[in-house]
Amino acid sequence: MQTPGPTSYQRARSVEAAIASLAEHGPGARVVAGGHSLIPMMKLRLASPELLIDINDLDELAYIRREAGLVRIGALTRHVDLLRSELLAELFPVFADAEQVIADPVVRNRGTIGGSLCQADPAEDLSGVCAALKADVVLQGPGGERVVNMSEFHVGPYMTAVQAAEILTEVRLAVRPGAGSAHEKLERRAGDFAIAASSVAVWIEGGTITDAGVALAAVGPVTIDARRAQEHLRGQVPSEALFEEAGRIAAEESMPMPDTRGPEDYKRHLVGVLTKRALRKATARALHQEA
Amino acid sequence: MATTVENLPSAEHERPIGFGRLKRKEDARFIRGQGRYLDDIRLPGMLHGAILRSPFAHARIVSIDTSRALAHPDVAAVMTAKDLETLGLAWMPTISYDTQAVLAGDKVRFQGQEVAFVIATNEYSARDALALIEVEYDPLPPVVNARRALDPDAPIIRDDKPGKTDNLATPTWEAGDEDATERVFADADVVATRDVMYQRVHPSPIETCGIIADFNPQTGQLDIYNGNQAPHVHRTAYAHVAGLAEHKIRIMCNDIGGGFGNKVPIYPGYVCAIVASLVLHKPVKWMEDRSENLISTGFARDYLMRGEIAATRDGKILAVRTNVLADHGAFNGTAAPVKYPAGFFGVFTGSYDLEAAYCHMTAVYTNKAPGGVAYACSFRITEAVYLVERMVDVLARELDMDPAELRLRNLIRPEQFPYTTKTGWVYDSGEYERALRLSMETAGYEDLRKEQAERRARGELMGIGLSFFTEAVGAGPRKDMDILGLGMADGCELTVHPTGKAVVRLSVQTQGQGHETTFAQIVAEELGIPPADIEVVHGDTDQTPFGLGTYGSRSTPVSGAAAAMVARKVRDKARIIASGMLEVSVADLEWEKGAFQVKGDPTRSVTIQDVAMRAYGAGDLPEGVEGGLQAEVCYNPENLTYPFGAYICVVDVDPGTGAVKVRKFVAIDDCGTRINEMIIEGQVHGGLTDGVGMALMEMIAFDEDGNCLSASLMDYLIPTALEVPDWQTGHTVTPSPHHPIGAKGIGESATVGSPPAVVNAIVDALAPFGIRHADMPLTPSRVWDAMQGHPLPPV
Repeated sequence: MQTPGPTSYQRARSVEAAIASLAEHGPGARVVAGGHSLIPMMKLRLASPELLIDINDLDELAYIRREAGLVRIGALTRHVDLLRSELLAELFPVFADAEQVIADPVVRNRGTIGGSLCQADPAEDLSGVCAALKADVVLQGPGGERVVNMSEFHVGPYMTAVQAAEILTEVRLAVRPGAGSAHEKLERRAGDFAIAASSVAVWIEGGTITDAGVALAAVGPVTIDARRAQEHLRGQVPSEALFEEAGRIAAEESMPMPDTRGPEDYKRHLVGVLTKRALRKATARALHQEA
Repeated sequence: MATTVENLPSAEHERPIGFGRLKRKEDARFIRGQGRYLDDIRLPGMLHGAILRSPFAHARIVSIDTSRALAHPDVAAVMTAKDLETLGLAWMPTISYDTQAVLAGDKVRFQGQEVAFVIATNEYSARDALALIEVEYDPLPPVVNARRALDPDAPIIRDDKPGKTDNLATPTWEAGDEDATERVFADADVVATRDVMYQRVHPSPIETCGIIADFNPQTGQLDIYNGNQAPHVHRTAYAHVAGLAEHKIRIMCNDIGGGFGNKVPIYPGYVCAIVASLVLHKPVKWMEDRSENLISTGFARDYLMRGEIAATRDGKILAVRTNVLADHGAFNGTAAPVKYPAGFFGVFTGSYDLEAAYCHMTAVYTNKAPGGVAYACSFRITEAVYLVERMVDVLARELDMDPAELRLRNLIRPEQFPYTTKTGWVYDSGEYERALRLSMETAGYEDLRKEQAERRARGELMGIGLSFFTEAVGAGPRKDMDILGLGMADGCELTVHPTGKAVVRLSVQTQGQGHETTFAQIVAEELGIPPADIEVVHGDTDQTPFGLGTYGSRSTPVSGAAAAMVARKVRDKARIIASGMLEVSVADLEWEKGAFQVKGDPTRSVTIQDVAMRAYGAGDLPEGVEGGLQAEVCYNPENLTYPFGAYICVVDVDPGTGAVKVRKFVAIDDCGTRINEMIIEGQVHGGLTDGVGMALMEMIAFDEDGNCLSASLMDYLIPTALEVPDWQTGHTVTPSPHHPIGAKGIGESATVGSPPAVVNAIVDALAPFGIRHADMPLTPSRVWDAMQGHPLPPV
């Protein structure tokens, strides 16, 4: 049996109480939600927090709602609820694409969007999804709330803009016309982390791509915001040649490391293929919505 | 643990008295979560052990300081090699007459090697205390690659052996006629050569290895709770090492959550727990975690094979030849009969009628985990079948001939059995062509080839792969085969109680194979007693006769024979008692399953239950017949049994990503007489899944420093339901002529037969790229690499 080292545990009664506890206990305290990254790390003794602050009772953080041009997703929303959400399926189908291939049902029943983003594993899917959708995240701390765009959220491997005693409480997605999105991932086996994954969003008006998001997982030290690929797409009329070139640029922007999932040249190649396929699918969805 | 088939209602036709489809008796407890596994056992006062392991693949141990760990309030003791040396137990014999460090004293020889053993009042504290042990290492250059181990300037790994100046793990081994083979190769029209790697894989039973040792100083009795595949062999090994008599050692296996060869060896953790219990006079438990299981216990394969095949231009295969480099890791722990250092690799001539064959094997030590344990492979037949079935496909491509046609032209014909191969194996029976043709019909082979041509024209990559395998399972005979000097024969005891209920006691040990059902059915078939009335006892050395255990698909070939023989012995006695009851001579009795009746007068009969009551009852018995109804046998097989099969796999390869989808898989198996179809199908499904795993994703990988890169099930991938297709199984029946009920083994057939079918299918899909071979595991990146014309050599 894998056993974690000694640790203390408390259940938070409110967001404010969790933040107060984080502030009181300092860097030795960690928030636990689904626990599907933190608990295995503790059992492998890669992480040894002195205190676990369990936020699973904070039902007020579990929601998906549409309000005033925004879709707001509470941080404690489970993968399974993202997968089943009709609202997301209609507006941002990239979530359902990704959730079908994130881990397995056991993980999806428990793991949360807030936990996924804050873990900031470079191979994790939802960071790519939220980056491609240009989401904002709400961080709440002792001094109140602040809003950070996904483009500024990842600051290094497993490092985010979340400061000491802050908790990510909400993900915000702007609802804009002509949107289409898709997620393409290749894994060695169901439930494995990606060899590479590409999350794509396009916004099409009058047959022209007015804005685009391309984000890559598992091919760099952090989730990669493929900005040059996005710029290349913006203002263009969608075509196979355009997707091919955007994929090629995204492959250039990736920074893969060789490992047991494959060598660098393969992963770059894969970024190109997956980005192209995701663009095809996202564009078809956008055009369908426009029509 | 009451289990009866009544617990599992099923239709009348599914409740045979004898052979037939029957739900497994043991499943009533398993599906309710009521199995009793090692970790379910908690003895009063039990202490818990944990092992400190080496972070280095190769390093000298400068010093070990255990004082801080000993100061932990929950720690009872800390053991190192120094403590074991005083008991003469720092090194232990392996199953193949090598030695292995129980705890490393001089140096560590693989990453994950056992360095110290902490015993504490609970498992959490035991693991906490590991971090308090300070070990100073002086790192040495590791030998990670088997080829490197042969270099004259390679570091000597086993410098514990006096005078050792190389890294050879065993004397070189050969089979067949080298000169005759060379002559055939020199004259052949066509010769094809390929280097073929069978990567290191791991058995990965879901229940990891562990033990509870409970020594009672008052009685001198050592109770051992340990799920292993060969409890009687383990008991004798412990008797040798600990200096206790066998009858003072009791091994209880209870339920086992998978073995696959991984639970054949004796691991250092077992020895440490036993020593700790002997010294501390308390029960001591040690249970490894998942990472420990993957990095330190018996692996499988790691065979680098140069295959050569010679044929005439019109497709008559003449000879095969191979040179093998075997990586045994730091200690030679190969589980194979002693006289077979390459296991049964000698059957690499496959299912074909050849003129000549020759094999040469060199085995080396490397700084990797020990074992070379032949897991789920029938003692290296997996490697042998993979080699020959890949080479036949390579030859088919060379000859531009359909691989099915090439096989049909060369299979051993039915009238040639018993067939002696060029390496000396005597195949007992087979109708190979019938099985191959059935697999082709089932798969719709001709239509698949048409579909493939259409898809290729559209740029799609579809592949069709065949394999035809012959297994050799059921070791002994004892004159040729032993493990640690113990002959490979198995006992069986049968008692029929006065009420006609029966107990059959086996020396083999189920790890999920369904023994409690299969063996009840064998006795039922012979005696006509319903399987529900027959209790199968196994896995407790105090309750069962001596025998060599379950691995290499040997349970049904050996113990299955023993069970039939012992039942016949009981029936012979019952016949004499029945003749007395019916007042006729023995010759005037006919046996109708479950009853003796007077020839010509079916109204006069007695059931086996009537006879059982009489055997213990008040009435007279015929002269010379003792009371009671029981018997025992020890079955020594006269030959192995040779199951075989024909498999066809269909894959689609994504040209963009290299991802492989196994779309269809047809498996035709012939394991002779079929005892329980449902269990056979389950075994085949499991083996096929295992085979797809090895072909597509499984590998214990190392970096150049000897760090194991596959230390969790996130890194060592085993397939899920999503990676495998609906299995289409079928069968032919060619009974074994020398087995009492004509049965052959089935447990490993699918593991042996499926990897070449999958790889042949993928290579077939990649034929447009001019590819002849690609090494497993064929992950998307490796398929893509092959498509680039530069397949990566495996680590």
